[in-house]
Amino acid sequence: MTLEMLVASAIGLLTAAGIYLCLRGRTFPVVLGLAMLSYAINVFLFSMGRLIVDRPPIYQKGVDAYTDPLPQALVLTAIVISFGMTALVVVLALRTYLETGTDHVDGTPDERDGPA
Amino acid sequence: MNHLLIVPIALPAFVAALTLLGMRRTLALGRAFSASACLALVLIALGLLWQASDGTITRYALGDWPAPFGIVLVLDRFSALMLLMTSLLALAVLVHVMVTGLDRRGWHFHPLFHFQLLGLNGAFLTGDLFNLFVFFEVLLIASYGLMLHGQGTARLQAGVQYVIINLVGSTLFLVAVGILYGVTGTLNMADLAVRVAAAPASDQGLIRAGAQLLIVVFALKAALLPLHLWLPRTYANTSAPVAALFAIMTKVGVYSIIRVTTLAFGDDAGAAAWAPASWMLPAALLTVVIGFIGLLAASRLFELAAFAIIGSTGTLLVAVALFEQSALAAAIYYLPHSTLAGALLFLTADLIARRRADLDDRLQPGPRHAGIEPLSLIFLLAAVALAGLPPLSGFVGKLLVLDAARDHAAAPWIWATILGTTFLAIIAFARAGSLLFWKSAQVETLPRTRPPDLRPLALLPASGLLALLALLTIFAGPATGYAGEAAAQLLSPQLYIETVLGGHRGGVR
Repeated sequence: MTLEMLVASAIGLLTAAGIYLCLRGRTFPVVLGLAMLSYAINVFLFSMGRLIVDRPPIYQKGVDAYTDPLPQALVLTAIVISFGMTALVVVLALRTYLETGTDHVDGTPDERDGPA
Repeated sequence: MNHLLIVPIALPAFVAALTLLGMRRTLALGRAFSASACLALVLIALGLLWQASDGTITRYALGDWPAPFGIVLVLDRFSALMLLMTSLLALAVLVHVMVTGLDRRGWHFHPLFHFQLLGLNGAFLTGDLFNLFVFFEVLLIASYGLMLHGQGTARLQAGVQYVIINLVGSTLFLVAVGILYGVTGTLNMADLAVRVAAAPASDQGLIRAGAQLLIVVFALKAALLPLHLWLPRTYANTSAPVAALFAIMTKVGVYSIIRVTTLAFGDDAGAAAWAPASWMLPAALLTVVIGFIGLLAASRLFELAAFAIIGSTGTLLVAVALFEQSALAAAIYYLPHSTLAGALLFLTADLIARRRADLDDRLQPGPRHAGIEPLSLIFLLAAVALAGLPPLSGFVGKLLVLDAARDHAAAPWIWATILGTTFLAIIAFARAGSLLFWKSAQVETLPRTRPPDLRPLALLPASGLLALLALLTIFAGPATGYAGEAAAQLLSPQLYIETVLGGHRGGVR
């Protein structure tokens, strides 16, 4: 199995899990889903500079094989933002749970209590 | 190098930090700084508009790095107009917040407000796709804080949904940016335009996919039909002045759609040429219908205002979706009107809700209250503006959109939708107005708590917005002229590309 195949299927699997979890009704799975999605995106952005193994990320005259340093910088930015945002969602979800007594994303109680 | 271009981004950043660090304890000082910074932003935006009005495109290379490698800020007619509108709206909202004392109801209103302005101004000025993502994040993060400002259960619930949907949106944005970078190897929008035009046929499918994904993200911000579901609940449950400021958030989406499509995915883009054109028009027409039907279904004044924002942004997107010069000019004229009128309705709704004590903003007849006469007059004018009736600028804007659509294949649909929804809007606003004001004469019961009297100063921001709408109507000639020139500039992006990538090293013009 090539490296490309491995990375691509990992991104696909993470995205699928992320989308499934994002569509759940409770906040905790949704937060996990968002985290999964952001991991998938980080790997995806990284691989957009092509997968090149064991080469310096800096271009020099005379060097014909190097990795693209830009996606790495992009991934760094994306990681910082998604990390901060995940923390914010967790705090928000907790506050909502404490104020409303339910961790449903719609803020309504369980289904058996009937639609709100 | 013209350093005025960086000020709309640098000034809010400094003021936000100052009000956060030094003025937490003394509200008066923080307010003074905050308001004077807003006033300064208006003056700077006026200066930039004057600079851009003769058709020059100015670029500012950050750190003096040459264009495709460093980040550039670019000022043209369209972005100058957006800057001016943002600063005027911010000033009105800030005065309203200070008069009504919303900034007393929690910490950090002023820093969040200025970080929001930083993100907005940055999104309008940047010439780099990833930088656009970063400024989107800045304005979203600030908007999460502002949206939750003042707290309360309903606001928290709506806040969770708002944050989650925007996080998914940001994820999609990164996928789109990743695809475009992977295929073209650049993130600078001008460079992207050149490389998309030169892309081999085998890459064009991927570029088209990236373009569509990017436009979908912007459509989410602009609340285009299937992606509009987050808006009513968010806007109706946040504090009204914040919702008034958010009137420009949907326009950031519209701005980005126009900017990216005309620049990079125009006539030369091969398979990706005018990528969103095929599906955007039907979606926009349905958005208008849903928005104005929502007006009829609203049970609260803030819901009414939120659906009015969906409807008027939809009207704007109808004009944009034609991707043709006169329609784009109509859109650029209608855009400031739609923003200011939406904000005006929210500010008016806030003033009314404050006078109605425990009835708040529910659309139910209540007893007469202090200041009902001037408030009903302002509500009437706001309704006239949003429905698009003469004499205010909404009428001129809708007329321009209808005129531009006359030769289009879908003209009957566009005319029927816009005229029909205007009728719906009139009915809905008439119903709301008669419930709020007319029937108040029949209600005898006194409210349990006596609402505060209306201070004349509280009417100042709303009257200011009304005056701006009146100016937009009186000076419709110069305004449409400017809009036409801005549209022409957008649709022939060669000058933009040359200015950004041109031989001048380090942004010297």
